[in-house]
Amino acid sequence: MSVIATPARQSTGGVSARTVNRIVIYGLLALFALFYLMPLFVMLVTSFKTMDEIQNGNMLALPQAPTFEPWLKAWGETCVGLTCAGIKGYFWNSIKMVIPAVLISTLLGALNGYVLTKWRFRGHTLVFGLMLFACFIPFQSVLLPMATILGSLGRFGVTLRNATGLSFGLGNPTVNLVFVHVVYGLGFTTLFFRNYYEAFPTELVKAAQVDGASFFQIFRRIMLPNSMPIFVVTVIYQFTNIWNDFLFASAYAGTGDAMPMTVALNNVVNTSTGVVEYNVNMAAAMIAALPTLLVYVVAGRYFVRGLMAGAVKG
Amino acid sequence: MAFLEIDGLRKRFGSVEILKGIDVDLEKGGFLVLVGPSGCGKSTLLNTIAGLETITEGEIRVDGRTINDLHPSKRDIAMVFQSYALYPNMTVAGNIAFGMEMRGVPAQDRQKAIDKVAKVLQIGHLLQRKPSQLSGGQRQRVAMGRALVRDPKLFLFDEPLSNLDAKLRVDMRIEIKRLHATTGTTIVYVTHDQIEAMTLATKIAVMRDGEVQQFGTPAEIYNNPTNLFVADFMGSPAMNLIPATIGGNGNSLSVVLQREAREPISLPLADAPSGLSAFYSKPIIFGVRPEALTDPEGAERNASNIATADCHIEVVEPAGSDTFAVTNLGGKAVVARLRADANIQPGTSTPLAFNLTKAVFFDPATENRIL
Repeated sequence: MSVIATPARQSTGGVSARTVNRIVIYGLLALFALFYLMPLFVMLVTSFKTMDEIQNGNMLALPQAPTFEPWLKAWGETCVGLTCAGIKGYFWNSIKMVIPAVLISTLLGALNGYVLTKWRFRGHTLVFGLMLFACFIPFQSVLLPMATILGSLGRFGVTLRNATGLSFGLGNPTVNLVFVHVVYGLGFTTLFFRNYYEAFPTELVKAAQVDGASFFQIFRRIMLPNSMPIFVVTVIYQFTNIWNDFLFASAYAGTGDAMPMTVALNNVVNTSTGVVEYNVNMAAAMIAALPTLLVYVVAGRYFVRGLMAGAVKG
Repeated sequence: MAFLEIDGLRKRFGSVEILKGIDVDLEKGGFLVLVGPSGCGKSTLLNTIAGLETITEGEIRVDGRTINDLHPSKRDIAMVFQSYALYPNMTVAGNIAFGMEMRGVPAQDRQKAIDKVAKVLQIGHLLQRKPSQLSGGQRQRVAMGRALVRDPKLFLFDEPLSNLDAKLRVDMRIEIKRLHATTGTTIVYVTHDQIEAMTLATKIAVMRDGEVQQFGTPAEIYNNPTNLFVADFMGSPAMNLIPATIGGNGNSLSVVLQREAREPISLPLADAPSGLSAFYSKPIIFGVRPEALTDPEGAERNASNIATADCHIEVVEPAGSDTFAVTNLGGKAVVARLRADANIQPGTSTPLAFNLTKAVFFDPATENRIL
């Protein structure tokens, strides 16, 4: 027995050192994961508890009698400021704002990237540099100038309505937010698409030119169909940013019917009257976070592919 | 009047001149190959013909019509790109039909044209595949199909074979030659491979630094290079360019080649070019192709001027079909091409026959041919 035990012990000695390393590494990772997931866990369990259970129980405990009541209340009944019709209206406000903002900024970014790589003009690097610079401008610094611009657009809208009967959306808070997010997002979307199209074979564009395709035909038939990975990356990035934005939303649509989700959520949570309904607040916050989660889950597999697209392109 | 005429073509990028006055022409049904080292401007020249690059000066005419300022799609040309440039999102059929679709050809006629081209190139079974599902040779065929389907006045090929492996390249080369012979199209073809140039062309333009060094038939380029660059660039193995002096007595000249630690070789010239007498006892460059430097038994029977000299063989390279022997003359390694079964040993001296009828002479100062 001792004859075979000796090499066995040596090998287990080597393995156990590795195992200890693994345990330490994975243990630490699990700890960090737990640390980051804890708030989500607390939110989730709290949203399914009754108020009694929250006031008497342990914050981490699982709900004794799980109930959907807080979710329904958050969606349809809770008070946002003075109106008590739930957050559903504001949820749709956000959807109405985020979809055009994401699509327009992404398509314009694609168009910019296409021009900056395949239809180069004198000074294209300067233009790109300036657009890149837009990525570094802090939100706060554009608040006031943008408010002035939106104000003038609004006045122009009134003039237009008086003259033609149509304001073309000028002065509408949702349109204003779409405009702000498109302008602010252009720097990023242009950066993404320019870098993707930089590696895009120019010979394809030349071949299409010889085939007689026009500027926009090349864009629509050749560039866009081959841009799926970067398109998804840009959409995820823009959607997350615009959906989660609070500053522009509260500054330009902070009151009234066009208020987006983020501002409404803040108004639900920061209510100064009555009992703080933690379960309803948590449910409302979860609802506010769901669309971004959905976008990640649906498009997430393209996200990694998009980030690696340059490396695997044949 | 030639079918394709290029007159005094210049192309500048800022202060850099890429093409410095190109004059080339090609008859209908001809096959023009633009050949040269990378950066010589051959691809730029092709792009200017295609209309993908603007030109600064000069004129390009196809079939008598000036096409300088026409959009690429209006020039009645088709182009095959180095990377094939197949649209990855479309099927093979979609790729071939895209140009027709852009020109508004009805769907039925498109289908007919696709079928016809697919038959010629034997790609009928590939029509519904995407380019990513094709091999290199198949992509090459599809790219040619896309060009053929236009039935253009002028075909442009931009190094179409350089992405293929060696064997496939030879196959496709033959295929292109056959295609040219059967369809009788006019082709302009860019390559850096001088063998492709020699085998395919009816006319070759050898380019360097934005200038045409020599323009002529493959035989003219090969046998009568106008300068050292063309002589060196065309032919594989390359022409032996040996520093030498002109000697001799009275009215008969001879080429004197220095050798290491031995007597110089003196080769009498029976019919020297008239310009050579001006170089009496001066240095020249003596050019002789490997196949014009061989064993006396293998020398060309009806060549009028053959001189034989003992040479010290340093290396022997049996290549199967031929045997190459390397000797040293004038301080340079000189390659001789012998029969495959030539009995030759490295380290020995053996007589080699110089076919002086085929020899050429260059002025080392101007690098131009002495005529």
